[in-house]
Amino acid sequence: MIRFNGKPRETHPEALLDLLAEHGFGPETKGIAVAINGSVIPRSSWNETRLSNGDDIEIVKIMQGG
Amino acid sequence: MLVMDRPTRKSSDPLIIAGKPFSSRLFLGSAGYPNQKVFLESFVASGAEILTVSVRRADLSGHGESLFDLVTGRAFLLPNTAGCATVKDAVLTAELGREALDTKWVKLELIGDRETLYPDVEQLLKAADELVRKGFVVLPYCTDDPIVCQRLADLGCAAVMPLGSPIGSGLGILNPYNIERICSRSPVPVVLDAGVGTASDAALAMELGCDAVLLNTAISKSNDPVKMATAMRYGVDAGRLAHLAGRIPKKTRAEASSPELGLIGT
Repeated sequence: MIRFNGKPRETHPEALLDLLAEHGFGPETKGIAVAINGSVIPRSSWNETRLSNGDDIEIVKIMQGG
Repeated sequence: MLVMDRPTRKSSDPLIIAGKPFSSRLFLGSAGYPNQKVFLESFVASGAEILTVSVRRADLSGHGESLFDLVTGRAFLLPNTAGCATVKDAVLTAELGREALDTKWVKLELIGDRETLYPDVEQLLKAADELVRKGFVVLPYCTDDPIVCQRLADLGCAAVMPLGSPIGSGLGILNPYNIERICSRSPVPVVLDAGVGTASDAALAMELGCDAVLLNTAISKSNDPVKMATAMRYGVDAGRLAHLAGRIPKKTRAEASSPELGLIGT
């Protein structure tokens, strides 16, 4: 069980990159960012980041804003 | 023969924030346009360089062209913390924006409630302090209060962005005396943020001494956003020139401008 973008999720991939891929994002996708348990995961660490039970994961993108 | 200089964006009068020069004194928000084509045309027509964007949860819908892809390389993207109501959320959103855009700049918004969208000054000061310490270039959206603006500048904010009137209201500048006072004593650039309804509001902000104007809804929700973007560009330029030129004092009595001497019939 993880929390993903504010919602609980029963099953999840082991690797952060696989979760990103579910959204059509890759390690080179611009304008996105990731935080796990309130800390930003730098892009340089995405490759080795594993998701653990109980993690609170946020994947955000740049959108229109004022 | 007189050669008339066209009032153009001259590098002799750049806006400088945190040491970085900008060619335009108009900041544009990127939200609420009818479509991407109108948004892009409006952005070009406005002449703006700085474009504000938000940082939001990615969902599974909408795999179309992202805003980032659309404007990257054409604008200086300024991520905001719009909608954040706590220091924690605002700081994390700023950090996510920094990571997503590889920028240290942030438009800091910390709202007190969703009804008024008024800044929560107590939390705003705390978040500004924390973000400055973390190395951010902080541009806070704040109340039109000279003391609050002074405190934010003291904390190390790169500019202050007092509201003219509530976000999206189009009421213009409700307290021009406060805005003028803030401008006259601010050690950092003042950007009028929120409330602009039409071009004369933007011009007034600049006449009062603001260094720049940030607006969104006045263009995006107008009947013809591209035309309004052009009007805002001229409004900001006109107001800036008028401010530099110096207006005449207001008087309560008439004073003829034509010479009295040589008037026929006397």
